[in-house]
Amino acid sequence: MSVSENDIIDFIYAEAALLDEHKFGDWLELFTDDGVYWMPLEFGQTEEHLTTSLMYEDKLLLTVRVERLSGERTFSQRPKSRCHHILQRPQILEMGEIIKTKTAFHYTETRLDEQFFLVGWAEHVLRQTDTGLKIVRKQVNLINPESAHRNIQLFV
Amino acid sequence: MSEINLDDLVKPGASEVHRDVFLCQDVFAQEMKTVFRNTWVYVGHDSQAPNKGDFTTTAIGTQPVIMVRHTDNTIQVLLNRCPHKGVQLVNDPSGSTGRFFRCPYHAWSFKTDGSPLGIPFKKGYEDTGFDTSCAKKGMCKVANVKNYRGFIFARLSEEGESFEDFFSGSLSSIDNMIDRSPEGRLEIVGPPLRYLHHCNWKMLVDNQTDTCHPMIAHESSAGTVTKIWNAVANEDTPKPMVVELVLPFMSSYETFEKMGIRTWDHGHGHTGVSWSIHSEYSDVEGYFSAMIEAYGKERAEEIIAETRHNTCYFPNMMVKGAIQTLRLFKPIAADKTIVESWIFKLVGAPDTFLKRTAMYNRIINAPTSIVGHDDLEMYERAQEGLKTDANPWVNMQRHYREDELGGERVHPGTSEVQMRNHYVSWAKYMGQINEKGAGS
Ligand SMILES: [Fe+2]
Repeated sequence: MSVSENDIIDFIYAEAALLDEHKFGDWLELFTDDGVYWMPLEFGQTEEHLTTSLMYEDKLLLTVRVERLSGERTFSQRPKSRCHHILQRPQILEMGEIIKTKTAFHYTETRLDEQFFLVGWAEHVLRQTDTGLKIVRKQVNLINPESAHRNIQLFV
Repeated sequence: MSEINLDDLVKPGASEVHRDVFLCQDVFAQEMKTVFRNTWVYVGHDSQAPNKGDFTTTAIGTQPVIMVRHTDNTIQVLLNRCPHKGVQLVNDPSGSTGRFFRCPYHAWSFKTDGSPLGIPFKKGYEDTGFDTSCAKKGMCKVANVKNYRGFIFARLSEEGESFEDFFSGSLSSIDNMIDRSPEGRLEIVGPPLRYLHHCNWKMLVDNQTDTCHPMIAHESSAGTVTKIWNAVANEDTPKPMVVELVLPFMSSYETFEKMGIRTWDHGHGHTGVSWSIHSEYSDVEGYFSAMIEAYGKERAEEIIAETRHNTCYFPNMMVKGAIQTLRLFKPIAADKTIVESWIFKLVGAPDTFLKRTAMYNRIINAPTSIVGHDDLEMYERAQEGLKTDANPWVNMQRHYREDELGGERVHPGTSEVQMRNHYVSWAKYMGQINEKGAGS
């Protein structure tokens, strides 16, 4: 079954919508078992393992995060955070066995009286599987990864 | 500023500490003039400035400084302001200035030891009295700088304890981190994680030796890892690196009690005397043989067996030798702190170490870290909760004994003794008001 460019663009929008609607379990299902979520610490960073990143999460760690968000003793989520994504129309960089996209975003996260914004580009690597499109890798490149950030508790 | 009475702030032995120590901006201002002037504060690592003219910018307390490698290869620490109008001479986190600093405002220039090099159209200063001005002398320089095996510390005040007297036996933790490199050398890797906390810097310091919080505050993070791991694995399943790093956080009170805490004079101390959460990491192929070759079997075993947990260096730095991380708790205001978390590469050791260190840093210390989220929530709730007038005291009495401090001592692992050690020293330095120093 082949996918169209529109299917891919819809997929990227739907992914962000799941996060904004706090459907974190469904969001997690979008990742392949070897899927990775990466947020580098340096602008333009290419090294994944031998330097610090903000996040480099395999499915186990993503599962921990998602489970933690609804945990009874997750005090930093009392009250809960909310988030909101504004995406520019995704650019399709590669269409083949694997699919690569790049999407500019404005991300807002809020909790209690605090609200902050993160801005940058999300690069997705997708794969077509028996159960539909899946994320092999989501790389979030912030324009200010090295800044002194406050808690970033949800998913950009 | 109103007079600060230290006896009203810190009870004998620091068994209780008044909330103003954390909340009051006047106390903060006095800390900057005393604690951060009269002690040896960590500035950086010399691997951040490998070549002449390389610099990094940082702060000692709230004093902006430049750490730079001078043309004679020494590391210099200079106050980051032009002696003319006060403009910061450099403001990149790091870079290279070449042979001199040149002010971007009026092109006054200075050698990399701060001494004056040139002022454009200088004859305008003839017969003005300029010769006796502060500006004429060049950049203010921190007179007391120590390069201890690559770790750069500086003391702003001219008078005070020598570096060796100030740190005494506590340097053994830095030694152990360095000795873990088969070449006896560390290198800083990458920029630090920077994490903004709306709480007092000392709450973070206290937390470093607080062994009664991991199994409680981190139940949400480390506890969830444990739960998920136990559901998919049995005892023989090889643990992925991340599981190995996080599971020990859920150790019992009894385990933490047994591991012990060691204190030294001047507010330094560490958790994890006989065991720590870093003790049971998997061996890395090729490392032990390289260590034996470098140090001999007995010494190599001794270095590797020393797996201290957190070593706090008074006033605001912490190292973890066994996982090669360093955290700096930078005071911004009474209720504002930026935590920087740095990592080191063990030069000559397999890359697996650096991979593990980088993983530890992002999983535990990042603003995106679930462990970090657990902790920050506690500090900031404390910063708010302490506004309660009904009880102005922060309690630090766990395992308190009179005369428990002095020289090098070992205490039960859940004691709050290192927090008390910190505040006993803090009160002592807070009393030493000393307006002179730092190239004044
Ligand atoms: Fe903690």
